[in-house]
Amino acid sequence: MSNTRFLSLEKLTLSYGKNVAVPEMDLDIGEGELVALLGPSGCGKTTTMRAIAGLLSPSSGTIRLDGTDITRTPANKRPVGLVFQSYALFPHLNVYENVAFGLRLMGVKGKDLEDRVNQGLKTVGLGKFTTRKPAELSGGQQQRVSLARSMVMEPKVLLLDEPLSNLDARLRLEMRTELQRVQKESGVTMIFVTHDQVEALAMADRIIVMKDGLIEQIGTPEEIYNNPVSDFVADFVGFENVFALENGMLKTGAQYVDLRGTVPPNTMGLAWRPGSITLGTGPHQGQVRGTSFAGGTREYLLDTPLGQIKAECDATLPVHPFGSTVSFDLKVEKAAPLARFGGI
Amino acid sequence: MTSRLFSPLVLLLVLAFLIGPFAIIIAASLSAGETLAFPPQGLSLRWVFKVFEIESFRQSFGISLFLAIGGTLTALILGVPASYALSRYKVPGAETIRTIVSSPIIVPGIIVGLALLRYFVVPFNTGILFALFMAHTALILPYAVRVVSASLTNLRSDIEEAAVLLGSSRVGAFFRVVLPNIRGGILAAFILGFVTSFNQVPVSLFLSGPGIRTLPIDMLAYMEITYDPSVAALSALLAFMSLGIVFLAERFLGFSRYV
Repeated sequence: MSNTRFLSLEKLTLSYGKNVAVPEMDLDIGEGELVALLGPSGCGKTTTMRAIAGLLSPSSGTIRLDGTDITRTPANKRPVGLVFQSYALFPHLNVYENVAFGLRLMGVKGKDLEDRVNQGLKTVGLGKFTTRKPAELSGGQQQRVSLARSMVMEPKVLLLDEPLSNLDARLRLEMRTELQRVQKESGVTMIFVTHDQVEALAMADRIIVMKDGLIEQIGTPEEIYNNPVSDFVADFVGFENVFALENGMLKTGAQYVDLRGTVPPNTMGLAWRPGSITLGTGPHQGQVRGTSFAGGTREYLLDTPLGQIKAECDATLPVHPFGSTVSFDLKVEKAAPLARFGGI
Repeated sequence: MTSRLFSPLVLLLVLAFLIGPFAIIIAASLSAGETLAFPPQGLSLRWVFKVFEIESFRQSFGISLFLAIGGTLTALILGVPASYALSRYKVPGAETIRTIVSSPIIVPGIIVGLALLRYFVVPFNTGILFALFMAHTALILPYAVRVVSASLTNLRSDIEEAAVLLGSSRVGAFFRVVLPNIRGGILAAFILGFVTSFNQVPVSLFLSGPGIRTLPIDMLAYMEITYDPSVAALSALLAFMSLGIVFLAERFLGFSRYV
């Protein structure tokens, strides 16, 4: 059984001057896990990562790694690697020397050094580029060098800051599987920061959704995707129709709408994906304000008394033309019940 | 039609105006005659050799070389950390500091020279060489800070954090990853500083004293008494020295990429 509290943050408070970015965070990460820190910019995810790396001193709280308190351990003595968003390769050194940088500082020499650098480069599929300078590499190759440079140090935790954001769409897909492969083969505990839910859902074993310095939800990609706990998470993972619930009725603006359905107890809101909206029949009506063809499906934007509704249906069904009035239904059993709504 | 003829003509005139004095000095220095004159009277290298025999030139050349090299090195030792601090940290009043550091190139040399003489050299009774050294260092500092700052701005700061996370200390990161990447800027600053110091006249004029003069001041003094072509020969030699430095820098370090 692997250690589920391999890295733990205990009441960790991070601040910039007087501004508290992350208040009293508690978080446990297991050995060998691939975890995503997901949230919009300014949610504190990068701050948390910098604190784990040792680039930011916490104002209070504890960071424990593999049983050791590393809260006050300087960054250069922590067994933590970081792959920067911009890769941060050393421009004056070639690929080989970039990867050898940390090992040389550790006193690794000669054949041992050569073997470990070459092994590291081979792991990321860059065996042939050893004499090139970073400026002569593509973005994807730089990313691999940066990954190899951290991996050869055999860190206990590898942090990645927005690892795919600087790559084009095709490379992004390739690097996604590449990162997963490297992680599974090496068994290193990996935490990556991202603002892209698709990336988080596709790569992570577990996702930590953050908002305003607080953890909104922790769960597997399936849990986050299917059972968001709050309107914020729901909105973030593609539930585009999110409503507050009061006394078993949908609340929109000043009006209440009876749903004629049983809502689970303690539900503060309901959220529907566009595909979960029943289009064509139902007690509600809306006017088509926009329509777009998306391959297998067709998306509609409806103006309704409930506000704007985003719906989606099979593209083979007859088209509801622009300006026409369409009936629709919000079925409770198709909605995700939200335990929290509008802040905490 | 006219412009096609006109623009090369303008270009030619501008080039002639720029290169002309240099050509005249070289020609004058090759004169076989007794006085500084153009066109030269006959051809000979006697004045070029004469330069090396003049004791005061040898001495003042040594002083100028010492001031240029010593002053530039000192300015860099002060200027590189200053530039680093100004570009990497939020220094209160950074803009004011930059302006003050740049002031020696904004304020006319005559004023700097007079002020230093009246309020530094005289009241504190500093030695002549020390005063010259301090003044030259101050005059070179703006170049050191400006040029090195420019290279630092182009260098990402996260490479230092990357170095630290790979086990380097903060200071180690500066020497291992920052310094090698701003080497070109430092060299450019060195050349600018060297040339500035070596050609400095107004400030040196006020601060030079008995027995201790920089080369340009010595040349001025020499011309007041003797009007022979040796000054022209010396000027030509200095011009070639400058050209040589720039050529070597360009050749080995790609100087032009940094300025």
